[in-house]
Amino acid sequence: MTKLWDFPGGIHPVERKELSTSRPIEFAGLPDRLVLPLQQHIGAPAQAIVSVGDHVLKGQLLAQVEGPVGVPVHAPTSGVVEAICQHPVPHPSGMSDWCILLQPDGQETWCERNPIDDYRSLDRDEVLAAIRNAGIAGMGGAGFPTNIKLRPPKDRKVSTLILNGAECEPYITADDMVMRERSAEIIDGLKVMAWILRPERCVIAIEDNKPQAIASVRAACQGTQIEVVVIPTKYPSGGEKQLVQILTGMEVPHGGIPADIGVMCQNVGTAIAVGRAIFHGEPLISRVTTITGEAVARPGNVEVLLGTPVNYLLERAGLDNNQLHRLVLGGPMMGYTLSDTGIPVIKTSNCVIAATASELPDPAPEQPCIRCAGCADACPMDLLPQQLFWYAKAEEFDKAEHINLFDCIECGACSYVCPSSIPLVQYYRYAKGEIRTQQAEQMKADKARERFEARQARLEREAAEKEAKRKERARAAAEAQAQKKANAEAAPAQQADGDDRSAKAAMVQEALARKKAKTETPVPAPAAAQQPDIDALKDQLDKARAKLDNMQGLLDEARAAGSDTAEKLERAVAKNRERVQRAEEALAEANGAEQPVVPASNGTTQTTEALAVEAVNENVPDITELQEQLDKAQAKLDNMQAMLDEARESGSDTAEKLQRAVEKNQLRVERAESALAEAKRPNETQATD
Amino acid sequence: MALLQQSSPHARGARPTSRVMLWVILATLPGLLAQTVFFGWGNLINVVWCVSVALVAEAMMLKLRGRPVSFFLKDNTAAVTGLLLGLALPPLAPWWVSAVAVLSAIVLAKQLYGGLGSNPFNPAMVGYALVLVSFPVAMTTNWAQPGLLWEHAPSLGETFTSIFSAQHTAVDAFTGATPLDTYKHQIVSHTADEVSVLPVFGDGIALGWEWVNVGFLAGGLLLLALRIISWHIPVSMLAALGFMSLAFGSDADQYAPLSLHLLAGGTMLGAFFIATDPVSAATSNQGKLIYGAGIGILVYLIRTWGNYPDAVAFAVLLMNFAVPFIDHYTPPRTYGHHKARRGIPTRNQG
Repeated sequence: MTKLWDFPGGIHPVERKELSTSRPIEFAGLPDRLVLPLQQHIGAPAQAIVSVGDHVLKGQLLAQVEGPVGVPVHAPTSGVVEAICQHPVPHPSGMSDWCILLQPDGQETWCERNPIDDYRSLDRDEVLAAIRNAGIAGMGGAGFPTNIKLRPPKDRKVSTLILNGAECEPYITADDMVMRERSAEIIDGLKVMAWILRPERCVIAIEDNKPQAIASVRAACQGTQIEVVVIPTKYPSGGEKQLVQILTGMEVPHGGIPADIGVMCQNVGTAIAVGRAIFHGEPLISRVTTITGEAVARPGNVEVLLGTPVNYLLERAGLDNNQLHRLVLGGPMMGYTLSDTGIPVIKTSNCVIAATASELPDPAPEQPCIRCAGCADACPMDLLPQQLFWYAKAEEFDKAEHINLFDCIECGACSYVCPSSIPLVQYYRYAKGEIRTQQAEQMKADKARERFEARQARLEREAAEKEAKRKERARAAAEAQAQKKANAEAAPAQQADGDDRSAKAAMVQEALARKKAKTETPVPAPAAAQQPDIDALKDQLDKARAKLDNMQGLLDEARAAGSDTAEKLERAVAKNRERVQRAEEALAEANGAEQPVVPASNGTTQTTEALAVEAVNENVPDITELQEQLDKAQAKLDNMQAMLDEARESGSDTAEKLQRAVEKNQLRVERAESALAEAKRPNETQATD
Repeated sequence: MALLQQSSPHARGARPTSRVMLWVILATLPGLLAQTVFFGWGNLINVVWCVSVALVAEAMMLKLRGRPVSFFLKDNTAAVTGLLLGLALPPLAPWWVSAVAVLSAIVLAKQLYGGLGSNPFNPAMVGYALVLVSFPVAMTTNWAQPGLLWEHAPSLGETFTSIFSAQHTAVDAFTGATPLDTYKHQIVSHTADEVSVLPVFGDGIALGWEWVNVGFLAGGLLLLALRIISWHIPVSMLAALGFMSLAFGSDADQYAPLSLHLLAGGTMLGAFFIATDPVSAATSNQGKLIYGAGIGILVYLIRTWGNYPDAVAFAVLLMNFAVPFIDHYTPPRTYGHHKARRGIPTRNQG
């Protein structure tokens, strides 16, 4: 006798298996149309490789999967591809998904099959590829691609291979009947899987409520090393984690897979599919499904082509529509209700229950939980279902997670025993769904934050680059000024300091005045012509001083506020100071130059004219200089404007002052522009003269 | 075809709460029978009276709270609360004492906390403790002297009059202190031998009381057999009470003996019917053991060194306080986990 362990909790629901075990497995026949969902497994959906109107053969590849996780879909019979469209698929939500609609031609013409005579001579990967190409996914329920499951991580050695024939859910007898009638095929498939995995121990576990299946499998295992282990009937002994515990006494670690403790479970139906794929070259195109419930006249097990609509099977079994109250796909403990009977049988569909109202009555109204802990006693995972319920209801999801919500296998034992008929599993599903949604949203939010931070960083970088360029320009400008100043000092005789805008403007005015004198009043008083120049220069100087003071005030303020505009202001102040100095110099020079000019202008009109022309001529190089001044003023204005914007943005109270400074600078630029224009005009006039 | 969308599981095999409560009611019958046989009609009248008051109070509170009245009345939980008080209160307690106990149990301890399933304290024991503290004379002097129903006890009519009117004369001679109370007060000045021959103890451990306790024990075993209660709380409570008695009170000349602790007073009623109230008890098996043991220890402490003749009500209420704490620190180890996750979750765990 093999040593067995018990698992905590569990229940003994009414089995009702006898309903569907009285007749042998029958072929369900060809429906008018097969509906083949492109996703019948866990992983990426398959992509159709046939087109509407194509004639396909039985077993022909219809849809292929690109990614590593996923299996292809084959034609269950020969016929014509009628459509590739959205169609309701087996899913608790009743959703639609992409399906290939196949119209059988009734010929059942097979495509070419490539059986493998001696799989032992092949490489294991080749055999795994053959299993994948046959479209085999776990037929017990989840539909995980079998080839991937058969290839556990390299550091996980599978020492115990378990073939799960427990079939613990009430009503379902598909595995039972398969074990009764096709035990030899099961063993063939199991041998292939055992050859791939090379386990030390190979076990077929069957609940003790299936004596015929046990006898049949025992007979088929004669002469092999395969152990047939009879386990006590208790739901959910067929749950993967529970079966591992029953047979090995070990527990699959939280968040892990059975291979972590050297165990692997496979379903008996999957074993048959593997056998057929290897020894007959047949892909997975049909399965055995239990059609049962009191609302059908002839319950039993049928070999169904994948894609056969459920209503076809129900009609075939003699459904009494008036009696039908609840239609369940899967077992009464973990299956889900169908709202559309047009949905097809897929690789994972093991049972259809057409139940009457007395058979699966509507649940009683929910009463308050009295914390009787009956659910905790029934829980095979040793959870605290009543506490999970409490947290789920109160939406305290962190607490629910803390007491291991995600270890719940949704077997339904807790709801089954609840005296207050609380739909506990539904509460857990809700909590799990909410937590997953929250996590997804959290991830989205994290991504958005990352994006935002990246954008911020980019903007800052760009601003820094701009700032560096601007500084570079400013530095170049300062150098140029210093150069000019040096030049000016080297040639102090020059009438006006080339660099000083106000002085220049005065000079332009002077030139203008002379021009005026020349054009309007042929004999102007030279002193009168000179006098306003000095006044203008004085005016300029005063203005420049006022501005300097203003700037200084701004700078002090900025320094006090620790603003980062202080640096800029400092430079601006330095510049202005220089300017004031130069204006002073220019004024002094102009005052000094007054005397020698007066006698010269005391001469003839001709002389005056000549002088004026000379002055204008002298002004010619000034135009380029004026242009330069204008550009600089413009740059400064821009700079000021930027500073102003910055100050406004940061809500600094220097904004107002800056606003005034900017306005002044604008005025200055305008003036420089007009001066330049004026200076150009006489030049042109002269040229046209 | 209109098919209902239902969430799994589709099969249900539960015993509804109402039937669970019905079994609890049935299981008290042996104890009630023994009470009636040895102490007269008092308890039976009390039970009927208390259940009636409980049902009326529950219905009114449900109405006031805007809840479906018959839906909740049918769960039989209010009836059980009334029944337990009827069994626990002194048989000859005046009607208003019982009424105050039941009303505070249903209105204060149960409905004001949110009704069935939301009460942190055992409602019946809240009612009991309240009247014990408020009306100590009525609660200590109205215990019937043991005497077979058909020999010494007052008639049904006499008992009824005594309970529902102020005229106690007919039964006054028939009331007295309980064996536990008697032993505690007599052992101060007498030896164990002298005390044990007092009529209140009869020929056995405590005349009448022993049979009442055996009756409740039998009912409790029935509930255990029906898996309506689990063994953890009664066993740990009785074991702790026994341990305390043996460890600290083995000298019969100073303390009441173990047999008296187990078979006198409300020990068995408390262990199987009151401490096992699931709503206010700990839930995990480990938690139940701690909870039951705590009650056992407190019962002994209060009986031996406290001022009250019995201690089940206070012990249960004190342990009710501890239940959330016990529950947080006694979760089972979940499948696949190395150890149980104790304590209250923090944000980082999960």
